[in-house]
Order: sequence, then C-alpha cells, then structure tokens
Amino acid sequence: MDFILTYKANDVVKAVVSEQLDKLAIPFRFDDFGHLLITENISEEIRQKMVDVLRAYNIVLSKESRNSLVDDIKNAIDDLIYSKEIRTEKISVYLSKKLDYSYSYLSNLFSEETYTSIENFIILRKIERAKKLMLDGLMTLTEIAFELDYSSVAHLSGQFKKMTGLTPTAFLRILEKRKNNTLN
Amino acid sequence: MKVVLVDDDEDDRLFFSDALQEIEINTDLREFNNGQELLDYLSNSNNQLPQLIFLDLNMPVMDGFECLKEIRKDPNLQDLVVAIYSTSSSERDIEETFVNGANIYINKPNKFEDLKKTIAQVVRRNWQYQENALEKANFLFRI
Repeated sequence: MDFILTYKANDVVKAVVSEQLDKLAIPFRFDDFGHLLITENISEEIRQKMVDVLRAYNIVLSKESRNSLVDDIKNAIDDLIYSKEIRTEKISVYLSKKLDYSYSYLSNLFSEETYTSIENFIILRKIERAKKLMLDGLMTLTEIAFELDYSSVAHLSGQFKKMTGLTPTAFLRILEKRKNNTLN
Repeated sequence: MKVVLVDDDEDDRLFFSDALQEIEINTDLREFNNGQELLDYLSNSNNQLPQLIFLDLNMPVMDGFECLKEIRKDPNLQDLVVAIYSTSSSERDIEETFVNGANIYINKPNKFEDLKKTIAQVVRRNWQYQENALEKANFLFRI
C-alpha cells in the first residue's frame, strides 16, 4: 500500500511544537502571524531543552527581527554607558547612526516591545551602573557622576532618587546594613 | 508574569486584583491570607515560583516581617522579588524591611487610580529586572 501525504506544513509544525512544549510544561501561544510566544519567563535550562527537542524535528527557533533589533539597541546603550570615550553627539544621533534606522522608528519599536522608552532605559542602566560603582567603594560620588556623564553630583543624585525613591546615601546604608545582617 | 498577593484583608485583595487586571502587562495572580500560607506554597516544589510578591506587613498567624525573613533565609528563594505592600509609612518599617531583604516598598494607595498607577510602575520595573537579568540584590525601589 502506498499513500500520498497531503498536509499543511504550518499546522504540522504547530502541532509538534505544542506537543513538545506541553511536555516541558512551558506556557505558550501562537499569535496571528504564527509566531511562537512564550508567555512566562523560563529558565535557561528549560529554554535549552526546548531548543534541543525541537531541533530533533528540524525546527529551528530564531528570534524575531524586531526583538533582535531591541537587543541591538540595548547593546548599543550598554556600549555607550560602559565606554570611556567622551560622547559629543546626542544619544538619538548615536543610536540611529550605529543601527542605521531613524530614531523615531527605534524609539517606537523599543517602547512597544519593552514597556519603557529608550530614554528611561538609559537612565535605568546608568543608575544600575552607579549602584555597582557605589558598592565597589573605589570611587566618590563625584567621580561616579563624571564617569557616567552627569553634569553634576546633584544631577546624578536627583536621577537616582527618581528611579529608586531613595538617596544614594540611603541606598548604601541599607545595603551595608544588609551585609552586616548576614555576617552576624 | 506570576504575581502573588499576601494580605489578610479581603477588601484590599479585591481592590488590588481589580487594579492589577487593568495594567498593560499580563499577570497571573495568586492570593494568600498570611505569611504562613505563602511559605507553605513556596516550600512545595511542585509549585512554580512567582516573579513578584506583594506582602502586607500586619497580618495574623505570620506577619510580613517574619515572612520576609523566612524567605530570605531560604537559598532557593533569595532571588524572589518581594514588594512590601503596607499602610505603614513609618521610616523604621521601611528601613527594617529593606535591610531584611525587601526589594520594593509601597504605601498602599487609597484611590483606585493611584493604586493602578503604582502597581503598573512596580510590575513594569520588575519586568525590566527579570527581562534584562539585572542584579536582584541591588533592586531597591520605594514608591
């Protein structure tokens, strides 16, 4: 007996993916474009299992280009925050030159995908870096402000307060006390 | 995002869950009456850990202070983000809970619109910490 198989590849792929993800207890859904959306954070271990198990069916997971562009924006921002070079151009100009898209496109995309604006994300990253530098204890707040391209300590402190609800001093005091707490 | 609310006041829980439903980020809420109920849930390895815990301070059986300490004692739970959700605005309570490992301190807002705004801000910020794998130990946010 021989048969000719008639099938819709998309439906087959969806069925296989659904079955395998259910087995791994990964919550997911398919959107209108047939893109796979993982609806909860999953551990790196489970993610790797998912990649491996689907690869066995020759199904390859690739990140959607919108998301990888968001990652590119984040990386470019990190490059900027961690670089020692003195920046002369505006961040919007820097990002659009580096990624070769208009800033308005990048900015809209970023807000849609991350629930925050590029401007806010930059502040978040800078304040995170300021926290690390403060905890290292090797630099004064004035030096940290300079390192992170703030015009003054007051400017850094103001943004720190806005982001965390705490002054840099209160933040340091709390983490210092925490450390002593765990040592005791 | 899996969210947990621990609060003994039923009206407050209802108020909270209504507000949570209206924010832009999708969440899945589980509610508990007191700290002990939460700890029982967390210690069962069949249960998935939440990404964000809202914890009231004054509760019967086990209060929020005690519950927070128990969570931070457990190495498996150290990365959990805990938001204190209390009517107290005493600086002593704020400092004490932060020192004992709380990440976020929220004064319970009285108005629905304020509550929605506050929850949205907290959930969004928590999403950023999870999504960008930022250092949880340095995550302090008073709102």
